[in-house]
Amino acid sequence: MNEYVMPLFGGALIGLAASLMLYWNGRVTGISGIIYGATVAPKKGDVSWRWFFIFGMLFGGLLLKIFLPLSFVEPLPTAHWTLVVAGLLVGFGTVLGSGCTSGHGVCGISRLSPRSLIATVTFMVAGIMAVVLFRSMGIYE
Amino acid sequence: MKNKIAAFFVGLLFSLGLGISGMTRPLKVFGFLDIFGNWNASLIFVMIGAIAVHLVTYRIILNQKLPLFSDQWHLPTKKEITLPLVIGSFLFGVGWALAGYCPGPALTSLSSFEFRPALFFASMIFGMFGFRLLDRQFNFKR
Repeated sequence: MNEYVMPLFGGALIGLAASLMLYWNGRVTGISGIIYGATVAPKKGDVSWRWFFIFGMLFGGLLLKIFLPLSFVEPLPTAHWTLVVAGLLVGFGTVLGSGCTSGHGVCGISRLSPRSLIATVTFMVAGIMAVVLFRSMGIYE
Repeated sequence: MKNKIAAFFVGLLFSLGLGISGMTRPLKVFGFLDIFGNWNASLIFVMIGAIAVHLVTYRIILNQKLPLFSDQWHLPTKKEITLPLVIGSFLFGVGWALAGYCPGPALTSLSSFEFRPALFFASMIFGMFGFRLLDRQFNFKR
């Protein structure tokens, strides 16, 4: 049962975080966009809050590392080069596609945005198909 | 300043949600996408939990005149379904399956001081940089 309660509780926290971002700052919580605007494409006067968000996430990661180290177990049994390829795809794809799991998957769907619905279905289907493809290539061994 | 402290707190809460829910475990994410193999459906509850909360709060919050720490709403305005939206999301999905990381969990996992999420994250920034260079040439209608 814990297997479902923890995801549900964690998900509710994510929904609460997105709600607070909207209530306080009037923004959607799109993490790929926040990172892009903090690092690669900074716009004047629209940078520092992004770094505060990023440091908040890093601080949360530190708390997890200390109090819930099980958060960071179960790496994939893949070669290091796959992480490079995956990172390039995720970085390029999320900016081209205007969002990731947080901005489209959580915030966009909650806003009933047709763009986000299409994006979410697309990256889910792509991910499911990619697992089949990569397994047949022996990537996960 | 208030909006910055707010952003810090939101980032903190968000990352705790990701860690507690299991989104920072690549093998779990893989299992979630592996519906034709050994499917582990548990992560669908992350989305259900997050959307159940935000679907309701979104409507309540937007009844306010303005956000608490900003003099305007900053919500996405694009409506059109574009090719870049679909292609970009597709590429993201492929990368997500390959590494088991999406951007939020990757950022959170930097604090584990492990090599793998750091390598992924650095590559992700390079990917974003590559997009920026191409975008200057082609000016994608995203």
